[in-house]
Amino acid sequence: MNALHLKKGSSKHSAYDLKNPLGDHLETHTLTVLVDNEAGVLARVIGLFSGRGYNIDSLTVAEVDHEGHLSRITVVTTGTPAVIEQIKAQLGRMVPVHSVHDLTVEGASVERELALVKVTGTGEKRVEAMRTSEVFRAAVVDSTLESFVFEITGTPEKIDAFVRLMVPLGLEEVARTGIAAISRGT
Amino acid sequence: MARIMTGAQIVVQALKDQGVDTVFGYPGGAVLPIYDEVFQQNDIRHVLVRHEQGATHAAEGYARSTGKPGVVLVTSGPGATNAVTGMTDALMDSIPIIVLTGQVPTFMIGNDAFQEADTVGITRPCTKHNWLVKDTDRLADTIHQAFHVATSGRPGPVLIDIPKDVQFADGEYVAPEKARTSHYQPRVKGDIDLITLAVEAIERAERPIIYSGGGVVNSGDRASQLLRELVAATNFPITSTLMGLGCYPASGKNWMGMLGMHGTYEANMAMHGCDLMLCIGARFDDRITGRVDAFSPDSFKVHIDIDPSSINKNIHVDVPVIGDVGHVLEDVLALWKERGSKTSAGGLDAWWRQIDAWKDVKSLAYRNSEKVIKPQYALERLEALTKGRDRYITTEVGQHQMWAAQYLGFEEPNRWMTSGGLGTMGYGLPASVGVQIAHPDALVINVAGEASWLMNMQEMGTAMQYRAPVKQFILNNERLGMVRQWQELLHGERYSSSWSESLPDFVKLAEAFGCKGIICKDPADLDDAIQEMLDYDGPVIFDCLVEKHENCFPMIPSGKAHNEMLLSDAAMSDAIDAEGAVLV
Ligand SMILES: Cc1ncc(C[n+]2csc(CCOP(=O)(O)OP(=O)(O)O)c2C)c(N)n1
Ligand SMILES: [Mg+2]
Repeated sequence: MNALHLKKGSSKHSAYDLKNPLGDHLETHTLTVLVDNEAGVLARVIGLFSGRGYNIDSLTVAEVDHEGHLSRITVVTTGTPAVIEQIKAQLGRMVPVHSVHDLTVEGASVERELALVKVTGTGEKRVEAMRTSEVFRAAVVDSTLESFVFEITGTPEKIDAFVRLMVPLGLEEVARTGIAAISRGT
Repeated sequence: MARIMTGAQIVVQALKDQGVDTVFGYPGGAVLPIYDEVFQQNDIRHVLVRHEQGATHAAEGYARSTGKPGVVLVTSGPGATNAVTGMTDALMDSIPIIVLTGQVPTFMIGNDAFQEADTVGITRPCTKHNWLVKDTDRLADTIHQAFHVATSGRPGPVLIDIPKDVQFADGEYVAPEKARTSHYQPRVKGDIDLITLAVEAIERAERPIIYSGGGVVNSGDRASQLLRELVAATNFPITSTLMGLGCYPASGKNWMGMLGMHGTYEANMAMHGCDLMLCIGARFDDRITGRVDAFSPDSFKVHIDIDPSSINKNIHVDVPVIGDVGHVLEDVLALWKERGSKTSAGGLDAWWRQIDAWKDVKSLAYRNSEKVIKPQYALERLEALTKGRDRYITTEVGQHQMWAAQYLGFEEPNRWMTSGGLGTMGYGLPASVGVQIAHPDALVINVAGEASWLMNMQEMGTAMQYRAPVKQFILNNERLGMVRQWQELLHGERYSSSWSESLPDFVKLAEAFGCKGIICKDPADLDDAIQEMLDYDGPVIFDCLVEKHENCFPMIPSGKAHNEMLLSDAAMSDAIDAEGAVLV
């Protein structure tokens, strides 16, 4: 017993146990971050995520304002509500960051991803691949007698579905851009 | 009219225009052009350290004791990597320092050139921001931005990497007033609706506590003044983190001592039992909270912090006020007066009675000895013999650091320089040199452990060269005392590598450096020995041989709540369970 007459070893918890009233369930959020397009800015953002143990499900970046030297990063991340709040705050305090928006909570938004999908095969499989691509409104951007490269744009779910269907039809390779997202309306 | 200068001249001009009077540094091939310019002027004093880590800590000491940013100049490669610990330290404790590093010429970057290191890559996670300047025309602007970033919002270290060809090339100088305004403008004013909620909570509270931290120091003297006014207006009890000591005077009647892992019983019990917690410029660090899910379970929590990412990071709060402590307290007090606010007098009386009962536990009491110097006693005597003097204290890291925080009293902010967040052994000696350079006539004492002190002892050379009369007060227990304490507590008293073997003779070492050495081992001689140290006009290494097995109490063991504090050795066995043992 110590001076306070508490039983020894009465604690079963860790001081690093971040029990948060916001809840322990995981959520996936799409964040858009406007940053100065300066050297190393992407490394900074990625370093923040890896250094603090946050998840990156998808990340895209490209300059959106050439005059203003601004790039837009779209990052999809998964975490507890408290972690998501931390991620936003940590991004927001970075010096080259101009703004952080959480499209998942800030009203309706559209998300799109582009994929290039290479399928090889002949005969019935090739025909089936072509037919499926039409259903998905994928465009053929390259073809040989034994292969297609389809370009498909859509939600990540739509691309997932298309890629799954291509597996038995001779899927060779997939290149995906990651998500670009923007809020709806004004 | 455009002013064309070389990159090296631009560096020196920009530093002058930023009001820099001192640079701590170490030369090398990649910064020679800048050193050449430094040589040819007299406005900026260059202090040659003995190791680049020393430069960073000296700059931290300079910054922390003056409220101005500290400046470091080092070469590429090893110069830059040696500065990494100090930058990380400054990042953790929010100390504004500007580190200028030389780099190999732009056309050699990426070629594994001699003394090339990816400095911006290495220091990205240990700076608030950093820049590689590839164009001399961008140099002045970048330096001005760097000062802005280091000192605004939550302060911190920044680094500018300057390739050698950029230092030689001509470019246009831009004065600070003409520099680009940065979009980086952290908000300083708090949301008035939230501040109103805070004031209402203050009016309602029956068991309040003010928990202040290093943010008050960073906000400036005005913030400490306002904090004192708030305490006077409310008669609330106040405690502080390690980093915030001095913002409220230790002699003030509402002072409860430091809180946290080695905080006083009354401060921690009041944190646990309060109904209102006003966290002002502190960040709910794990040394403060102990077990998070048992932290102050019944309190309404108000958090004032300039860094939005500190809000709800470890502890969920009810009223988050994002802003600068000084600005927010200004509004709190204005609102308080405007509303003619009063506190809940009856409730407060009962709370103070409870606090007085906790104080009666006398958690800082220790068993003194006539045979051997107890470290606590040594600090009590140091305190008594330096009282009323213009005194600055730095520390190393370990038990002595905690005892210094417990037994020395700080009446003003910026008088206490310690490595809190990173816990960097080797911080104290170079920091004391930096403080002394900034305050040549003040009394500057580094309260050290013998093991930590050895980590940067080369800086005694710097102290000698610049006639910085720093006093190195080493509490020598011939142990890595804090490590030994944890081994006693957690690892079955197996003292694996936690003693200081083959220590130097500190008196002879002092002589070797050309300064004064004093050794003291008898409590009866202590006062005279301390007085001799204080009276000596120059640096002193004081080897104070203390009890080797003293433990630092009170202590909240890892993984425990505030009300599960250990007060003495008797309580120590089995105090930490297996889960607590994995924590640091
Ligand atoms: C650079 C560094 N290495 C290791 C540690 C871990 N550490 C913390 S306290 C301590 C012992 C310090 O010994 P000393 O300076 O003699 O102080 P004491 O605890 O004996 O007062 C050690 C090794 C640290 N904090 N910093
Ligand atoms: Mg020691």
